[in-house]
Amino acid sequence: MAEEVVLLDFWPSMFGVRVRIVLVEKGIEYEYREEDLRNKSSLLLQMNPVHKQIPVLIQNGKPVCESSIIVQYIDEVWHDKAPLLPSDPYQRAQARFWVDFIDKKLYNPSRRIWSTKGEELEAAKKEFIEVLKVLEEQLKDKPFFGGETFGYVDVCLIGYYCWFYAYETFGNFSIEAECPQIIAWAKRCTQKESVSKSLPDGKKVFGFVQELRKKFVVD
Amino acid sequence: MAEEVKLYGMWASPYSRRVELALKLKGIPYEYIEEDLFNKSPSLLKYNPVHKKIPVLVHNGKPIAESLVILEYIDETWKNNPILPRDSHERAMARFWARFIDEKILPSVRKANNCEGKEREVVMEEVCEQMKILEKELNGKDFFGGDSIRFVDIVGNVLALWFQVAQELHGIEVCTPENFPVFEALTIKESEWEKAVEEACKQLKMLGSQLKRES
Repeated sequence: MAEEVVLLDFWPSMFGVRVRIVLVEKGIEYEYREEDLRNKSSLLLQMNPVHKQIPVLIQNGKPVCESSIIVQYIDEVWHDKAPLLPSDPYQRAQARFWVDFIDKKLYNPSRRIWSTKGEELEAAKKEFIEVLKVLEEQLKDKPFFGGETFGYVDVCLIGYYCWFYAYETFGNFSIEAECPQIIAWAKRCTQKESVSKSLPDGKKVFGFVQELRKKFVVD
Repeated sequence: MAEEVKLYGMWASPYSRRVELALKLKGIPYEYIEEDLFNKSPSLLKYNPVHKKIPVLVHNGKPIAESLVILEYIDETWKNNPILPRDSHERAMARFWARFIDEKILPSVRKANNCEGKEREVVMEEVCEQMKILEKELNGKDFFGGDSIRFVDIVGNVLALWFQVAQELHGIEVCTPENFPVFEALTIKESEWEKAVEEACKQLKMLGSQLKRES
């Protein structure tokens, strides 16, 4: 399908990663455009006037915003290859439920881990681990959240993995010690070409967060 | 095949209302179970152990939670009177606006209800800005769904109801049907719909009066 596909993104974004992974999974050729979030491009402001955020997928000039919406969109349009959502409506509902859970529960404590100190930090760590433990229980002994194959929930969660090193360093804790199955799952995911190609290096993300902290936290 | 559809809900919850509207729109018979949120039933806790919230739809014994997830499930399972558009880009936009309502407008409205005076005025301004954005999207159509009630209309219906309550409770005039024709769309009339909406309005007014008496 000769179509013009553009992705407006920001390299450390765990949400942008979702879209990058899916584009590789589906073998879609696209143009990646890096956004400077302190100096947003006029294209970004035009394509996502409501939130002015990345990622934004632009296909033949039409924008799709919000990472999980973009992932579903790509899955529907390029449905012939590497389907991410199950075909059964009930299984689909379960997949959507868990991505909704990840979106509602994981981001906030994860952000507080690198941007707070003392009691606030401890509370954030506790919350973060609790959320991961619920997800771990959901995974059980399956290779992926999608079952035998990499699916929608896996795509939406794996982006956080490249931030783990930063969380562990600033939070002074080991995620593997608390949630070994999640780490095992994450490593399994990185065996996939789409993930290894799309996930930025954890140490690089750590460096980025270190710079961010200078603005937010007094060390 | 004997279909068994149960909905665990709460009369004042707009999230619960949404699911009822969708079921009614599709003509799906269901059993409604009213939950006491201060004394949740063992069934609710069993069917939604993660959030322990309503609404929960139970279809042939299998539970689905989170109102937007439930709406999509209903649309995929019962194909008559489709709620989501067929076109992929339009579907993405419908999902986008539903999220905007749930993640931006509703939390602002809730904030407005929970604060007072100057603070409330500031929050209400924020709400109006967000409503203007939604209004722009409506762009003169009768419904967000075009010629009939669809996903965003069902999700957004709560706004018309909440604003009526806000007006009665707090006399907030800033967002009125005159200023925002979008309310016309959101307070839609259609055979099954009208009954459901009237009932919801009545019950929300009751809640409003109750809160007034208690404050």
